Amino acid sequence: MTCLPKETKKKLGLVIDLDICVGCQACATSCKEWNTGGYSAPLSDHDPYGADPSGAWLNRVHSFEAKTAEGQAKTVHFPRSCLHCEEPDCVTVCPTGASYKREEDGIVLVNPDTCIGCKLCSWACPYGAREYDYDDGVMKKCTLCVDRIYNRNVPEEDRVPACVRACPTGARAFGDLGDPNSEVSQSVAARDGFNLLDAFGYKPVNKYLPPRINSVQVSPVVEKTAAPDGSRLEKLFAWADKALSR
Amino acid sequence: MHPAYSVIVFTTSSGAGYGLLFWLSLAHIAGVLPGEGWLPFFSVAVALALITVGLLSSTLHLGHPERAIGAFSQWRSSWLSREGVAAVFTYIPAGLLALIWLMGIETGVTQLLALLSAVGAVVTVYCTGMIYGSLRTIRQWHKGLTPLVYLTLGSATGALLLAVLMAFLGSAPAWVAILVLINMLVAGSLKLSYWRQIDADPGQYTTEMATGLGGNGGSVRPLDPPHTMPNFVMREMGYQVARKHAASLRRLSAIALFAAPIVAVLIATLASGGAAVLYLIATLAAAWGVATERWLFFAEAEHVSQLYYGATRA
Repeated sequence: MTCLPKETKKKLGLVIDLDICVGCQACATSCKEWNTGGYSAPLSDHDPYGADPSGAWLNRVHSFEAKTAEGQAKTVHFPRSCLHCEEPDCVTVCPTGASYKREEDGIVLVNPDTCIGCKLCSWACPYGAREYDYDDGVMKKCTLCVDRIYNRNVPEEDRVPACVRACPTGARAFGDLGDPNSEVSQSVAARDGFNLLDAFGYKPVNKYLPPRINSVQVSPVVEKTAAPDGSRLEKLFAWADKALSR
Repeated sequence: MHPAYSVIVFTTSSGAGYGLLFWLSLAHIAGVLPGEGWLPFFSVAVALALITVGLLSSTLHLGHPERAIGAFSQWRSSWLSREGVAAVFTYIPAGLLALIWLMGIETGVTQLLALLSAVGAVVTVYCTGMIYGSLRTIRQWHKGLTPLVYLTLGSATGALLLAVLMAFLGSAPAWVAILVLINMLVAGSLKLSYWRQIDADPGQYTTEMATGLGGNGGSVRPLDPPHTMPNFVMREMGYQVARKHAASLRRLSAIALFAAPIVAVLIATLASGGAAVLYLIATLAAAWGVATERWLFFAEAEHVSQLYYGATRA
């Protein structure tokens, strides 16, 4: 059923802290590792060790240079995956009902048994979050590790998305963003968490926390060099420099 | 957007097929379609063949064409599903028309069947246009003109097909020449204003909005890509055509699709002989032109997701 639920009981999602992400790609690789064996299996690769590797990944980590108006530049590592939007067209454009949003927790999923692989949902996503699997012939996307977060066969501490479990800096948090008292909602409130492409109107559930503004502003140190005074010593050094660099 | 050949063949071939079905149905209702001979059956057969070739071609880009039956289920929200439903419904009256004309049965029900076929043709092509027109992620497609261009181009190429069929299976009367000319002028002017519209729209989304970085007059640029070679999103949605090539292809398609048929039809109307050959030339030129137009429709379309891959506006 590709009509969107009016409301979901929970809004499960991720909060990604751009201030402490170090761009190590651990979230992307652990995502690939878990999901190529779980609900989304297989996540096919083509020519993985060759000259033109490609494959279906559900999480991608970019690096951007963000410059302030004053010209201060900063490297920001930027993980990008499905934002499990509240009102996304990737669900409503699906002709078969394979692309759907769950009423119980708001997770956006693709049913791999009914997807015809028309790719229209990927066209409808402004975030480029869906990747087509050419071997499997169906669309793949982040499932928020739906086969893990409710899985009683894994230890309790592992019942979070693989990317969250793998992150060595704690830059990724998982929780119910529909509950204002949840830890994730409170960190969004405390840190001015924001939506990607908010003006687009899909109402993403996942939030991003902005890089903190440096409390210590490092200004480039300019070493002052004395103007040449034409002394003999200076001439000697100039001669030595010339002779040695010949 | 990557121009997939299966989708180009689908939209142009079935567009022309539905256009032909529309005009031959209206001509039949108006009583100006010659009732004798092979023309009515042959025209509806050509229309159905073009539609079927198009629809079959559209399944070529599917990962699981064997599951296509499921695509008729979500007509409440999906334009692609609506298109499938409309296409199947249009087969019923059009198929019956073909059967009745093949058997040579004299019956008044053909008027009703023709009306249903004409309505079905318009609805189906409108749905095709809206598949693209409804996508907010691609500003070149998310225009009111998109479904109109699909409708008028289907109508124009269909009218031309009716003219060439009439020219070969009898004679093309003056009304069909006028029909082609009006269609070409309307479709041509709409397409030209579509091109003007997309050229005037630089896009309202920026890399800063996509990343939430560089606020208050700052800027953002990609430093390290997440993968060494292009991924699905870049290959499917990052297709780029050089502005220079696009401009010359636009000119070529406008000449082949609109100017050449208009000139050929005018000569065919004014000259005393060779109408069939001239209509054939016009049809071949328009076929090449509409394929180029459709290729450009995809190649010139820019997707918002490319803001994460170096596009600065979308």
